Amino acid sequence: MSLYTIITKTPLSCNACRMEILSPLVAKKALPGQFIILRAREHSERIPLTVHDVNTQLGTVSVVYQVVGAGTRELDSLEAGDSLHDFVGPLGMPTETEGLQKVCVVGGGVGCAIAYPITRRLHEQGCRVHAIIGFRSRELVFLEEEFSRASDLLKVMTDDGSYGEKGLVTDALRALIEAGHRYDRVIAIGPLVMMKFVSLLTKEYGIKTVVSMNPVMVDGTGMCGGCRLTVGGQTKFACVDGPDFDGHQVDFDEAISRNRIYEDFEKREHEKSCRLFRQEVR
Amino acid sequence: MERNLSLNKVPMPSQDPRERIGNFQEVALGYTREMAMQEAARCLSCRNKPCVEGCPVRIDIPGFISRIAQGNMEEAYLILNRDSALPAVCGRVCPQESQCEQKCVRAVKGEAVAIGRLERYAADWYRQSACKLPPRPQPNGHKVAVVGAGPGGLTAAGELARMGYAVTVFEALHLPGGVLTYGIPEFRLPKSIVMEEVEALKRLGVEIMLNTVIGKTLTVDELLEMRFEAVFIASGAGLPRFMGIPGESLKGVYSANEYLTRINLMQAYREDAKTPIMRGNHVAVVGGGNVAMDAARCARRLGAQEVSIVYRRSMNELPARQEEVHHAQEEGIIFRVLTNPVRVLGDDKGWVRGLECVRMTLGEPDASGRRRPVEQPGSNYELSADVVVIAIGTSSNPLIRLTTPGLETDRWGGIVVNGPDGLTSRERVYAGGDVVTGSATVILAMGAGKDAARAIDRMIRAGQAPDETMM
Repeated sequence: MSLYTIITKTPLSCNACRMEILSPLVAKKALPGQFIILRAREHSERIPLTVHDVNTQLGTVSVVYQVVGAGTRELDSLEAGDSLHDFVGPLGMPTETEGLQKVCVVGGGVGCAIAYPITRRLHEQGCRVHAIIGFRSRELVFLEEEFSRASDLLKVMTDDGSYGEKGLVTDALRALIEAGHRYDRVIAIGPLVMMKFVSLLTKEYGIKTVVSMNPVMVDGTGMCGGCRLTVGGQTKFACVDGPDFDGHQVDFDEAISRNRIYEDFEKREHEKSCRLFRQEVR
Repeated sequence: MERNLSLNKVPMPSQDPRERIGNFQEVALGYTREMAMQEAARCLSCRNKPCVEGCPVRIDIPGFISRIAQGNMEEAYLILNRDSALPAVCGRVCPQESQCEQKCVRAVKGEAVAIGRLERYAADWYRQSACKLPPRPQPNGHKVAVVGAGPGGLTAAGELARMGYAVTVFEALHLPGGVLTYGIPEFRLPKSIVMEEVEALKRLGVEIMLNTVIGKTLTVDELLEMRFEAVFIASGAGLPRFMGIPGESLKGVYSANEYLTRINLMQAYREDAKTPIMRGNHVAVVGGGNVAMDAARCARRLGAQEVSIVYRRSMNELPARQEEVHHAQEEGIIFRVLTNPVRVLGDDKGWVRGLECVRMTLGEPDASGRRRPVEQPGSNYELSADVVVIAIGTSSNPLIRLTTPGLETDRWGGIVVNGPDGLTSRERVYAGGDVVTGSATVILAMGAGKDAARAIDRMIRAGQAPDETMM
C-alpha cells in the first residue's frame, strides 16, 4: 500500500465528511488538539486540519472537513483507496486535559469534530464533562451519539430550532453556569465569532477558557509566521505555540480580520472549481 | 594556452531587465564554452591559492579553473564535486565577492576571476552532458540521520554517502531543498537544478523522508533508538522576526519567509496556483539582505508598480550580495536607505495602506563595527504601500530544542556546538547551519555540513559510538 492511503471516507452530515488516512508515524504520536497538514494532489494547497481521531493499531488518522473552497473540494474528489500526496504531523501542542475535574466543552459546526476527541479524552480521565454542540440547523448535526456517550451532559443547539434547543451555544453555556455548575475550564472550538463570544461570557464568570485557533498557515512548523496571533499583547504563532490559547487573552477581532485575507481569492477559485466540476459531470 | 590579461571579468549574459520583470525565468544566463575558457584564462594559478582560503568548503579553485581553461569540463566538475555537493547551486548563490573572489590576486588591480560563474559553468555543463554516473560507494554498514534537506543537510548527506554511510535525510516540507526550494526564487536558482542535485544524492544512496518533522513526527532520541549512530541537525532558522511596531498584524504584512514560501514552494506566482498571494501595487520590503532583495524582485515580477527596499543604514552597509543589489536596481527597485519604519498604517478594514518611516543618519560605529543608524527627530513621513514584507531575519525554531533533553542552546535558542566539528552537548548529536548560527548563508551551512560529516565519520570510526550494539 502506498503512503497516506485513504482507508475510509464517511459523510457525517450534509456538509461534513470524515476521512481516515493511513499514516502510522503520525497515528503513533497524535493527541487531541494537534493538527496535521495535507495536500490532496501534487500541486494542491497545504491544508491544515485538526486531528479528529487516531487508530494506533491500524496506524490511521482521521480528519473531518467540510467543502468550503477549492482546496477542500479537491480533497473531497478523492475516495477510499486513493492516496493523498502529502500528510505531515502531528503539529502544534496537544490540548491540556490533565488534572481537570469538571469541564464544559463547547463545539460549533465542523469544530465539533475536534471537540469530540477532547471530550472523550477528558471523559476517559474521569473528568466530569458537559458538552454543548451547536449547528445552524438539523441537517448539519453530526457526532451527537458519540458526544452523548463521552459526556455526562449533552446540549445540542441549532440556530433555527430545527433540532435540539433553539439558540446559540452561549445561551446554553450561560444557562448551565447560572444553574450552578462550577467548571474549572471551558474548552471552545468552532468559528472565531463563537469562540470570541464564549470567551466574553466566561470572562464575566472568571472561568478559564481555552480556544483552538485556526489561522491561515503555510508550513505549520514554525517557519512562515503567517499564523501569528496577538495573545495578551504578544505575537504568538499558532503552529508552534498553539493552536490552543487562553480565550481571554486572544485578540479575536484581529484574528477574524486576518482570516479574511484570501476571501476574494478563495471565492474566485471556488467558482472556478465549481465550473470545472459541472463540466466534468456533464 | 594564452593567459587573458583583461582587467575585467567576461560579462555574464543576462535577461534584459525590461523583459525579466515580467517572468520568473533565470536572470543570469550562464557562460558559453568560449566565454568560460576565456575567463578561466584570467586565473594566474597562484601557488599559494589565496582563493581556497576564502572558500568555506575549500574547493581546489585553481585546479578546476585550469581544467576549464584546457577545455576539460568533466574533470573540472569532478574537482568541484570532491568538495561541494551542490556546485550548480553555489555558483549561483554564494557571496563570492566576500569569499573566494575577495582573495583573488587579480582583484588587486581590476576584477577578480569570476570564480562563481566558472563554477556554475562546469556544474551546468556536467548536468547537461550525459556523463557516466560516479560509482556507488561501497557501504560501510553504518547509519546516520540528517535532519533537514537544506544546503547543510544535503551537503552532510552527500559527504557521508560518499564515505559509504547509509544516510537518511528527514525533511519537514513536502519537497527537499530547504531554503533553496522555499526561499530563493526561481529566477535566481531554478528549482529544476535543486531537484537534480537532490537526485544526484539519491543515486549515491541517500534516502530522503519528506513530510517528517523532527521534534514532532519523530524526536532526535527516537532516531538514535532507530539505530542511527549519529544525528546531524541542520533544520535551518526558525520563526520570522518582526519589528515590534504597531500595525504588523494588518492584512498585507508578510514575513519574508511567508511571502517567499508562497511564491517559491507553493508557486503562487503561477496563474493556475492553488495557493494565494497578495500581489500589491506598492510593495515595501523592510531589510537589506539577500532575502529582502529576493522579496523585492518577486514583488516586481508579480506586477507591483513600485517596489521599495526600506533599510535603516546606507547603501554601503547593505548585507546583500552585490549582484543582487545590482540586479534589483536594474529592475527598478527603489532603495530607500537611511530609512526606518516606525508604524504600519492600515485602513478601517484592516488592510495595509502605508508605512510611516523616519529618516536616519549614521552615527558612531556600534559593536558590529558598522556605523549605528540614529533617528532624525521630526523627519517622519508616509510611504504608500499595500503590501509590506518584513525581511529582518529569523529567530530560532523551538521544535527540536523542546523535545531533545540535554541539548544545550544559547539565549537566542540556537544550538550550542563545540566549534567546527558541530558536536552538541549530546553525544552523537551534531548540528550546523542556521540552527546554530542564526540566519546566514547557503555556503556557510554547507561548510558546517561538510565539517560535521567528517567529524561524524571520525567519531564512528574511532568506535566512540557503542557500535557493537548498533551493528
